[in-house]
Amino acid sequence: MFRQFMPALRMTVLLTVLTGLIYPGVVTGICQVLFKKQADGSLLARNGKVIGSALLGQNFAKPEYFHPRPSAAGNDGYDATASSGSNLGPTSQKLFDRMKTAAEQFRKENPEYLGTIPADALTASGSGLDPDISLANAQAQAARIARARNVPASAIAYLIESNSKGRDLGFLGEPRLNVLEANLALDRQFPAEPVQVK
Amino acid sequence: MTANGIVQIAVFFLIILALAKPLGTFMARLFEGKRTFLHPLLRPFETLTYKLIGINEAQEQRWTQYTASLIAFSIFSFLFVYGLQRLQGVLPLNPQGFNAGNVSPDLAFNTAVSFVTNTNWQSYSGESTLSYLVQMAALTVQNFASAAAGIAVAIALTRGFARQQAKTVGNFWVDLTRATVYILLPLSLLCALVLCSQGVVQNLHPYTTAQTLEGAKQVIAQGPVASQEAIKMLGTNGGGFFNANSAHPFENPTPFTNLLQMVMIFAIPAALAYTFGCMVGDRRQGWTIFTAFSVMFLAGALACYWAEQKGNPNFSKLGVETRVTAGQSGGNMEGKETRFGIAASALFTTVTTDASCGAVNNAHDSLTPLGGLVPLFNMQTGEVIFGGVGAGLYGILLYAILAVFIAGLMVGRTPEYVGKKIEGKEVKMAMLAMIATAFSILVLAAMSSVISFPSPTKDAKGQAVAHSYWNPPGAATANLNNSGAHGFTENLYAYTSGTANNGSAFAGLNANTPWYNLTLGLAMLMGRFFFLIPLLAAAGSLAAKKKVAETLGTLPTHGPLFVGLLVGTVLLVGALTFFPALALGPIVEHYLMLGGKLFAFAVFPIWS
Repeated sequence: MFRQFMPALRMTVLLTVLTGLIYPGVVTGICQVLFKKQADGSLLARNGKVIGSALLGQNFAKPEYFHPRPSAAGNDGYDATASSGSNLGPTSQKLFDRMKTAAEQFRKENPEYLGTIPADALTASGSGLDPDISLANAQAQAARIARARNVPASAIAYLIESNSKGRDLGFLGEPRLNVLEANLALDRQFPAEPVQVK
Repeated sequence: MTANGIVQIAVFFLIILALAKPLGTFMARLFEGKRTFLHPLLRPFETLTYKLIGINEAQEQRWTQYTASLIAFSIFSFLFVYGLQRLQGVLPLNPQGFNAGNVSPDLAFNTAVSFVTNTNWQSYSGESTLSYLVQMAALTVQNFASAAAGIAVAIALTRGFARQQAKTVGNFWVDLTRATVYILLPLSLLCALVLCSQGVVQNLHPYTTAQTLEGAKQVIAQGPVASQEAIKMLGTNGGGFFNANSAHPFENPTPFTNLLQMVMIFAIPAALAYTFGCMVGDRRQGWTIFTAFSVMFLAGALACYWAEQKGNPNFSKLGVETRVTAGQSGGNMEGKETRFGIAASALFTTVTTDASCGAVNNAHDSLTPLGGLVPLFNMQTGEVIFGGVGAGLYGILLYAILAVFIAGLMVGRTPEYVGKKIEGKEVKMAMLAMIATAFSILVLAAMSSVISFPSPTKDAKGQAVAHSYWNPPGAATANLNNSGAHGFTENLYAYTSGTANNGSAFAGLNANTPWYNLTLGLAMLMGRFFFLIPLLAAAGSLAAKKKVAETLGTLPTHGPLFVGLLVGTVLLVGALTFFPALALGPIVEHYLMLGGKLFAFAVFPIWS
């Protein structure tokens, strides 16, 4: 076996240079030229300031915005340096309690909505950074947003429809609404003075 | 289950079917030393490699030398990965300033073993632990190297069946070089660019600080992800750049990239079945293996999809919609991403555990009990449903040896496979591999389920000394995130995943303690080398044999009968070995869930 040590050592060095430095270097170079925006994280800016990434969710709690799904990333959710799911199993009391609290909160925030709660609205995603919500979840929040922004509910429904994404190539994945992009659209189209709750 | 969900599974399978022949033919030509369409471009790099490492391309090795080369290569790979992690603080490309404090010696050991054995189990979170240099020059490199080594071993075993009265099985360095230069590198380059165009990040910037719409601060982790993502899938490695792996939108941003990633996992293992048929001169043998793979894959995918779509009845009590309705996918969405929904998540779970990939696009720990049983069982078959690159083929050939042996016993004939007599040595080697992996899974999982660590003792002055190094004092099961049957499954899943060299996790288990890091490292080593070395020994003895002529008395090893025999052997061996453990984990949990039983976390007294 010792006779194989020299080729083994040389091969390890060679592969480290080739696949560990040259290959990622070349990919970085090409991507930075051809796909600069994607390669840097699909960052979104408003008034010249980075406000997040189109691919990553962030926390929203104000009534005039679409709210994202619960998140298990970091202590406060949507921590983009600590991606994670809850890792709670189907028979976990903790998961049940968390969902129960979230269900009560969802009912309280959206009193106009009376149907069953869409599954994604109460469950944490695998990454904790899910940028999307389901269309049913968005529609369930529409009345609250309309009230907070003082616009007709139909305007919010239209905004959901025009900002939603269908299945990729018509059959892959699920239809969805990107929360950050939709909230940017809300601020653009209905630059609300949110109704102050007195 | 929806029609659209079934279409997603069907389209994925048809793509794999379509790729098997062209890619399989290409690999057969490549490893038989014939010219391919890539030779004009890449041949100079290949010959340059031989010159630089100082080997003679034409000189073949006996199985013992082949194995020695593989082991020597693995040793140096391990040392490099270990060293780079521990030294990351003084090395460049480290904008976040991670250092040796982020990587304890036992964690570095675990990670090095993990990537060298093609497992890619991760006890750490990439974005808060490793510098860009370590991700590239240590982990990405091993993604290539361990995958290429797997292909090499599969090819060597194939040569054992294809050759007769030969002393040698090929040259490890040549097979390794060809797999890297002609297959893995070009495909990775191509796929990395496609992934990046869809939104996978690829940069060396420090993490970005954003101010969110509601005025909070969000720090966004960055890195050279696309280049690593491509080989992570193609090499069935599965070690994510980020903690959330392929659920993270920066690794897997759209349903389209999700499909692409699943195709990348299965492409090479599926094609290798065809390569086997080409090299032994009987393509029906390759298609038979491919069919056996497909039957087991489709059964698993549909079972997992069914269980996940059915969801968790306990959630319905809260007024949650678990059925599919217009505008939402229902089912068990805990741990799943909106863009993938139920079908694409369940399919990914099946694909990544059929192959020894272990990348995840949803949190396996939050799967329903039966949905989680599917990946667990897939891994316990020894990763022989398409399997890892190379590992899938040499794994299923092991089962083929057992299948003809069992059939031979039943009909009273000498077992033969593709013209080679299967005798005592081959069967012994196959059994050795089976028993070693079952031992590793069951014994280590049992140990972690019962072991308890002592409290610190007090010295004369009443001060605590000898803080338990291995794990916090108390039961090792205190590291679990769930209790009851699900907690047991977390433990079983960890050692199954390590031994099967898969690397996916029921990630609630806090495995970053010396006890778990070292025992899981041991499981990975046993799973890789006690599987692979017996098979290389079998390759050596097979190559030396003469081919026997096919007669009327020969059991045909192609066609539906043999597919049934092969699948039956896989299921039977898997079922008999692991059924008791599975009954204690996911199966009992399923009935508890239906009965509405929930488990609060048991609190273990830590400083008693």
